[in-house]
Amino acid sequence: MAYSEKVVDHYEHPRNVGTLDKSSAEVGTGLVGAPECGDVMRLQIRVNPETQVIEDAKFKTFGCGSAIASSSLATEWVKGKTVAEALSISNTDIVKELSLPPVKIHCSVLAEDAIRAAIGDWKQKNNVAEASAVAVAAH
Amino acid sequence: MAETIGMNVTQSTHPLPPGVKLPIYMDNHATTPLDPRVLDAMMPYLTGIFGNAASRNHSFGWEAEQGVEKAREQIARLIGATAKEVIFTSGATESTNLAIKGAAEMYRERGNHIITQVTEHKATLDTCKRLEKSGFRVTYLPVMADGLIDLEDLQRAIVTDGPDKTILVSIMYANNEIGVVQPVQAIGKLCHDNGIIFHCDAVQAVGKIPVNVLTDNIDLMSISGHKLYGPKGVGALYVRRRNPRVQLAEQINGGGHERGMRSGTLNVPGIVGLGAACEICQNEMAAESAREAELRDYLKNKLESALDYVQVNGNMEHHLPGNLNMSFIYVEGESLLMGINDIAVSSGSACTSATLEPSYVLKALGLGDDVAHSSIRFGLGRFNTKAEVDYVADKIIDVVQHLRELSPLYEMVKEGIDLSKIEWAAH
Repeated sequence: MAYSEKVVDHYEHPRNVGTLDKSSAEVGTGLVGAPECGDVMRLQIRVNPETQVIEDAKFKTFGCGSAIASSSLATEWVKGKTVAEALSISNTDIVKELSLPPVKIHCSVLAEDAIRAAIGDWKQKNNVAEASAVAVAAH
Repeated sequence: MAETIGMNVTQSTHPLPPGVKLPIYMDNHATTPLDPRVLDAMMPYLTGIFGNAASRNHSFGWEAEQGVEKAREQIARLIGATAKEVIFTSGATESTNLAIKGAAEMYRERGNHIITQVTEHKATLDTCKRLEKSGFRVTYLPVMADGLIDLEDLQRAIVTDGPDKTILVSIMYANNEIGVVQPVQAIGKLCHDNGIIFHCDAVQAVGKIPVNVLTDNIDLMSISGHKLYGPKGVGALYVRRRNPRVQLAEQINGGGHERGMRSGTLNVPGIVGLGAACEICQNEMAAESAREAELRDYLKNKLESALDYVQVNGNMEHHLPGNLNMSFIYVEGESLLMGINDIAVSSGSACTSATLEPSYVLKALGLGDDVAHSSIRFGLGRFNTKAEVDYVADKIIDVVQHLRELSPLYEMVKEGIDLSKIEWAAH
C-alpha cells in the first residue's frame, strides 16, 4: 500500500521516541491497544505542576507505519500545550495531517486514546478534577 | 557513527553488493518469474504457430497439437504419470475446483463425506465450503504445532460405511506460507486402503521437490504454471487412469476437450511453456533444491544470530528448500515490510484488511495473533543469489532493530514484564 510522505517521514524519523519515569508524579502514562490487534501505543507526558503545560512527551509504538506516525505526531502536538489544550486534539486532525486512508483511521483513534489515557493517568496521580484542569488552562 | 544518526532507514547503511539490483524479489511462493528458456520455447506458439489444437483437418491444428502433446509428456515425466493422465486447465485454482467438485459430484452415491485440513489454500477451502452448502459433510483436520497433520487424526476422521462414507480426501503437498511438506505417501496409502480418492494440491511442491503420483498414492493432483517459472494462466490436473481409474464430473461444458473433463480451446503457448518449465525443473531439481536450501539456512542462521526473539514457523525437517517463515516478535509485520520496501516478501499480518485478522495458517499452528502479526515469509527461488540474501538479511536486521527501539512490548519484555499478565484494552 502507498503511504503518504508524512507517514513515511514519521516512520523513518520518529519524533520523541523514548521513555519517561512513570513513577514520577509529573509523568502521565497511557498504554492503549493490544498486541493481538497488532497495535500497542505507549504515550507519556511530563506536566509542569505549576502551569499544567506538557513540557515533554515520549512514545513507543508497536504497530504499522500509520500507527507509528500517528503516535509520533501526537507527541509533537501535545508538547507545549496545556493539559486542557491537549485534550482538544482529535483523531480527525491526525487523519487530516497524515492523509490516512480509511483502513488506517483506527490508528488515529488509538493515538487520541493514548493522549487521553496519559492525561487521565496524570490527573489521577495528582488528584486533578476535570473542572480545575480547565480552569487552570484558561489562565 | 555520527553520520548514521537520523539516517533514512530505507536507504540501507550497507552498500549494494555487486550484482544486486533493487528491488529484490524474494516472494517465489506467490509467483515466479518466467524462465527465459521457457519464453524461448513459447515464442513460436505466440507468433507463427497459432492453430487450434483441436483442428484435426490441417497442419495448423496438427502443429499446435504436437506442442500440446509434447508438454503433456514433459509434465507426466516430472510427476511419474502417463501423458493421458494430464488435463490442462487455466491454473491450479481451476484444477482444484475441478478435482474436488468433479469427484464429489461423480461419486456422490458412494458417500457424502470429504476430509481436508485447515491450512489448505483457499482454492481448496472455499471449494469445500461450497460443497457443504450443497449438502456434503466436510471435516477440516487440525494441524500440529509444526504444521503437519496427524495421521491418526486422519484415520479417525475416515468414515468407512453409511451415507456419510468418506469419498474424497484433499491434503496439500507443501504449504504455501510455512513450506511444510505433509506425509503425502502415508496419506495416500490410508486413502487407498479405504477406497477413498486422494486429491493433492501440489502447486508449491512440483518442480521443487520429487513428486511421484504412483509412489505417493495420489489420484488427483493440481499443478500451476507460474509457480515453477512457467507462464500465468495455465495449470494442469493429474487424473489417475489405473488402480483406481478416477472419473470426474466436468465443471465446464463445451466442446468436450481434454477427454470431456475440461472443455475450451487449449491455451497452446501457455501449455507449451508449462511443459518446458517442467522439463527444466526435472533436469535441475537436485542441484537447485540443494542450492536454495543452503541459501535458506544461511539466511535463517544470519537472522537468528543477530536478533533475539525470533522464531521459525513450521517443521524445518519436512520443508520446501526455498521457504523460510519467521516471526520477529515485538515488531509488527506491516511496519517491517514498510522498512524493507526494496525487498519483495510477504507478511503474516493483514493489517490493511477490514478484519485485522492475521494469517489463518499461522493461527492454525497455535501462534498468538501478536506473533502471527510479526511474521515474514521469505520465498527463495531460482534467480536469487547469495549476495541478495546477504543484502536482505542485513536490511531486515537493521529495520527490526530500529522498530524494536520503538516497540513498547520489546522494552517491557526486556524489563522482565510478563505481557500476558497485562490487561490489554482490545480495540
